[in-house]
Amino acid sequence: MADPVLVLDQVKKSYAVGTAVEVEVLHGLDLRLEQGEFVALIGPSGSGKSTLLNLIGLLDRPSAGRLILHGEDATTLDDSELTRLRGRAIGFVFQYHYLISAFSAVENVAMPMLLDRGFPTDAMFARADELLAQFHLSQWRNQPVMQLSGGQQQRVAIARALAMNPALVLADEPTGNLDTRSADRAFDLMREINETRRTTFLVVTHDPRLARRCDRIVELIDGRFTADRPNVAVREEAV
Amino acid sequence: MRRWLPFEWIAAVRFLLEGRMQSLFIVAGATIGVGVIVFMSAMLEGMTSNMMRRILNSQPHISMVPPDEVARPLRDGDTAVNLGTVQRRTQRTRSIDQWQAVRVDLERNPEITHVAPVVTGSVLASRGVASRSVNAIGIEPDRYFAIIDLPGAIAAGQPRLFAEDVVIGTDLAKELGVEVGDKVRFTAASGTMMTLTISGLFDLGNRFTNLRNVYMALRTGQALLGLIGGSTAIEVTVDDVYAAEDVAKVLQATTGVGADSWIKTNAQFFNVMNIQSISNTTIRLLVGLSVAFGIASVLIVSVVQRSKEIGILRAMGASRGQMLRVFLIQGGVLGLIGSIFGSSLGLVAIWGFHAIARNPDGSEFFPLIIDWWLPVSAAVIATATGVVAAVTPALRAARLDPVVAIRG
Ligand SMILES: Nc1ncnc2c1ncn2[C@@H]1O[C@H](COP(=O)(O)OP(=O)(O)OP(=O)(O)O)[C@@H](O)[C@H]1O
Ligand SMILES: [Mg+2]
Repeated sequence: MADPVLVLDQVKKSYAVGTAVEVEVLHGLDLRLEQGEFVALIGPSGSGKSTLLNLIGLLDRPSAGRLILHGEDATTLDDSELTRLRGRAIGFVFQYHYLISAFSAVENVAMPMLLDRGFPTDAMFARADELLAQFHLSQWRNQPVMQLSGGQQQRVAIARALAMNPALVLADEPTGNLDTRSADRAFDLMREINETRRTTFLVVTHDPRLARRCDRIVELIDGRFTADRPNVAVREEAV
Repeated sequence: MRRWLPFEWIAAVRFLLEGRMQSLFIVAGATIGVGVIVFMSAMLEGMTSNMMRRILNSQPHISMVPPDEVARPLRDGDTAVNLGTVQRRTQRTRSIDQWQAVRVDLERNPEITHVAPVVTGSVLASRGVASRSVNAIGIEPDRYFAIIDLPGAIAAGQPRLFAEDVVIGTDLAKELGVEVGDKVRFTAASGTMMTLTISGLFDLGNRFTNLRNVYMALRTGQALLGLIGGSTAIEVTVDDVYAAEDVAKVLQATTGVGADSWIKTNAQFFNVMNIQSISNTTIRLLVGLSVAFGIASVLIVSVVQRSKEIGILRAMGASRGQMLRVFLIQGGVLGLIGSIFGSSLGLVAIWGFHAIARNPDGSEFFPLIIDWWLPVSAAVIATATGVVAAVTPALRAARLDPVVAIRG
């Protein structure tokens, strides 16, 4: 079997509250994500889901434990190495799209490639156009992103997350802000990418309906994994 | 998107264009600031060179004159010096000792461009009942004209100086009521009297000179002042007018003859110029500072407004350095654009002011001196100021924690 995409080994995270007190939010988490998995991360509000995603996404560092991404121990990397690895290996989708308003749809999709390369190339825009076509957004290509609908904006954001062809996409309530139809559409697209490209997804969701459409469901309560089960229904469906 | 532009430039320009109103206002502020600075600098430059031109029109760079007749202190034996009774002796018109030898020395000096011996002294000029005390200057025209461009300043007649000729200033001619071709009588203190014919009238652009100076042939002057074969001063021009005082000091030490530079005799002018340039520099600094604060505050606001976008850019792999440069470039671009408009504004203003501001006689109030370095240095300094002003906002952007930015 190939290397796992992600391994968490006794990962802890605590925050300093005030000056003296430290509050531990994540209490020694172990997790393993294989390539091509589509995993739902569920749990009540305040349980530490976003905190965990920030650690996995290399936006923050664990207080203790090891985080191995693609066989590389991220806890040993310095800030600029983390930034580089993050840009190449990870795609983010947030509840709000966070598109860059000064750029058009296609430019937003090309942005991770532009940041990585440093200057624009034709190949980047070809790739961005390909993603836009796949997401049925070609006709909005040159539109300022603020003029798109919420669903369209979120689809642009998902396309952007896939631009660098990352091994792992982290989505924090990606459909939390969308109506059911748009949410379904965005979710379908993520599943489609997962199936065609074998990209690993870790999706935080409060929507049991969407969680039920994932391969595996991990539950986090008060900073501890309380359940981690394959979603049998989906597995059977897939066969 | 231009294919060859780095990300930082693309983002900087997009951000500036998106915040159109803010950019516009701060560019307008920088334009006014740079405009004021350019206008003031060109104005000061013009005024200074105008004053200098006026001074050097009618004055040599250095005048070699007989050394002061120093009264020797009385000595008690050879020990103590009785300082109390030293008095400066009254100076009289006298020739420089061995002036021909001094002149040869001066002509050999590589820093000196022209040398002209003259004889000068106070005489009374009279015509009928009108009379005036003037400064008679006996000159060798060929040499002297290389130092003072009298031919270029002739308002009427010719700069001809034969034995019986005299060239006087336009203002003196008015006072005495004479014209070219008229005769004027000159009387020296010794009682020597001479009648000369006006061959030309000059206007050296300075009323005092036009009233006081009266030019005649060297021999005529020597005869009038009772200094046959003598020279009371040797006028000198040097290569570098600003080094005149240094050259004068050296000449004084090496020749033993007194040397007065135009810088020393016009100390007051230089004092005024100094104060002018200090106040000018202060104003420039303050204007530059206010432009810098303006740019800084606009960019700080922009960083705060864009903190979510900066956060997501960092999440997508933008380095701290990239974010830093995006904002430094914005500062530089604002400064540069402000300086381009500002230089244009300042130059148009100085040009317009030059056209409107005239002396009563219609001549220009100050010369229009616009060096190419003025807009160029304005651009360089304004761009640098913009970049420096952007340091604080840019550091803020670079240090922004994406986790906080995205959550908040
Ligand atoms: N920077 C911080 N400093 C202190 N405490 C923090 C910080 N960030 C998060 N926390 C705390 O960590 C806990 C987990 O927060 P987190 O945002 O990860 O929860 P979540 O599971 O994503 O909740 P939700 O479903 O509401 O988004 C919370 O109690 C929160 O108050
Ligand atoms: Mg959360």
